[in-house]
Amino acid sequence: MALEHSEPRLRSHPAPDAAPVLEPGHLDALWLQVTGTLCNLRCGHCFISCAPDNRAFGLLSLEEVARRLEEGARLGVREYYVTGGEPFLHPRIVEILERALQHGPTTVLTNGTLLKPGPVEALAAAAERSSWSLEFRLSIDGHDAATNDALRGAGTFRRAMDGLELLLSHGFLPIVTLVRTGDADEEPEVFERVVAMLRARGCEKPRVKTMPALRIGAEAVRSGGYAADERVTAGMLAGYDLDQLVCSHARVVTDRGIWVCPILLDAPDGNLGDDLGVAARAPFALSHAACHTCWLYGAICANPGGAAPEMAVEAVAEVVP
Amino acid sequence: MIRVSGRRVALFGGVYSNHLALEATLADAAAAGADEAICLGDLGAFGPRPDRACEIVRRAGIPVVQGNYDHSIGHGLPDCRCGYTDPRDNRYAALSYRYTFAHTDPAHRAWLRDLPPAIRLSLDGREALLCHGSPRRANEFLWESATSDAFLGWLLDETGSHALCVSHTGLPWTRELPGRRRALNVGAIGRPANDGDPSVVYAILSAAESEALDVEWRRVAYDHAALAAEMREEGLPGEFAETIETGWWTTCLEVLPQKERARGRY
Repeated sequence: MALEHSEPRLRSHPAPDAAPVLEPGHLDALWLQVTGTLCNLRCGHCFISCAPDNRAFGLLSLEEVARRLEEGARLGVREYYVTGGEPFLHPRIVEILERALQHGPTTVLTNGTLLKPGPVEALAAAAERSSWSLEFRLSIDGHDAATNDALRGAGTFRRAMDGLELLLSHGFLPIVTLVRTGDADEEPEVFERVVAMLRARGCEKPRVKTMPALRIGAEAVRSGGYAADERVTAGMLAGYDLDQLVCSHARVVTDRGIWVCPILLDAPDGNLGDDLGVAARAPFALSHAACHTCWLYGAICANPGGAAPEMAVEAVAEVVP
Repeated sequence: MIRVSGRRVALFGGVYSNHLALEATLADAAAAGADEAICLGDLGAFGPRPDRACEIVRRAGIPVVQGNYDHSIGHGLPDCRCGYTDPRDNRYAALSYRYTFAHTDPAHRAWLRDLPPAIRLSLDGREALLCHGSPRRANEFLWESATSDAFLGWLLDETGSHALCVSHTGLPWTRELPGRRRALNVGAIGRPANDGDPSVVYAILSAAESEALDVEWRRVAYDHAALAAEMREEGLPGEFAETIETGWWTTCLEVLPQKERARGRY
């Protein structure tokens, strides 16, 4: 149809052995790294090693957030993601989310341990006023304290559950997000356990998203990182649905400029300058190990339903009634 | 690109094999003075005896935009491409898909495969683009609470349209945009709008003198008890029949954004 020119595509003649270069499609999702790499927790699997003392990236001011939201709207951005670090360490987080909700659907990614009644009540009112949804993505790593706290730190499960219950009591339906750090065979069981735990805590509409581990940052130390051949090659992208790659439709605003995706903050070539319009169209070489995980699983950063799967016609399969 | 013109056009989507709601919708559109009726895709899924809906639409010569379900059934893909990750949603989606595929005549499958991805509708010189999900892809969800005005404006700019009309989500909404433009999701007639009312919804779009194209919402009551009974006879899940009887969605809930999910029972 009319929109082919705004679809992501690969540079046509990559040098042999070079990483494939992606020319992005339309900027659908604008991420705002509002607290940089600053977090009250020090999780063992954090792919950008966020911690109370990690100041690699700093706070975005409310004025900077407002300016980027205006720019995003001019570019036709569909939705906004507010992340860190831990966004609720930002002294003006409520105003940031209120401002984002004036422009479009907004998702905030939090560990839930710093949520307090006053701000949550203010956000419930803002969400009620807005035409758009305010989504909370609440990160935990297991259905109980023993499994969760091993990765996220002592006492974090109890505090995250306090946050969950506070959100539920204000009408929010948080998307509980887990990183798949265990055995792949046990994933359905882990999912069911978390759903059961949420129901037991009064969550009548459990929403759960699981994400693959990204073996960079702190997680590389914990799990040993990637093998040298875990890289995206041009051959792997033949017939592949490029919309599944986060960088095909997203960019990240940080206090140090625009970054290619929320995962590669530690990659120097992830910096695409300061002009969002230019950065949104900037090609990017898929040369990083984490690109392999993004390629393998697809749509790893989007909310459920946010990235439709491919509608290929090539792979005609047998449908068994 | 297929072009249709009219003055007062009924737009409905998401038939989901609900042949009783389809007949009631077409009767209502005729009674309401619509001079055309156009289907925004997804003839099959969820309901009983998918051939019946195909036959009604084909016999009436109604233009149809290809939905993701039509595309999948037509091409024999392994699933509906709705993109569920929740195991419960996937289980019900697979039950529905396999039933629909097995009970769709190969001649209808071939017809579904060749449906156009979009139709341009001209209403007194105002151009509306009709597609199933979005102009980008048939399986992109345009939910009311998860789609910014800036994005809708961009889609209208890029496609050179005064109005964008879609379905796919199953929930109806409309929004006026600057420049006398409009975005419209016509919802679905195959299952109720997750509001506790078993009737179904479609829209009549018409030209207006000074404003964006005018939308009239139509609610259609039909013999939903008969449809639920037919679904049970066919061995479809009781949860599907419950939705038809109560007006509340019971499955495929994972993809709903916060606001839409909060309004439902489940």
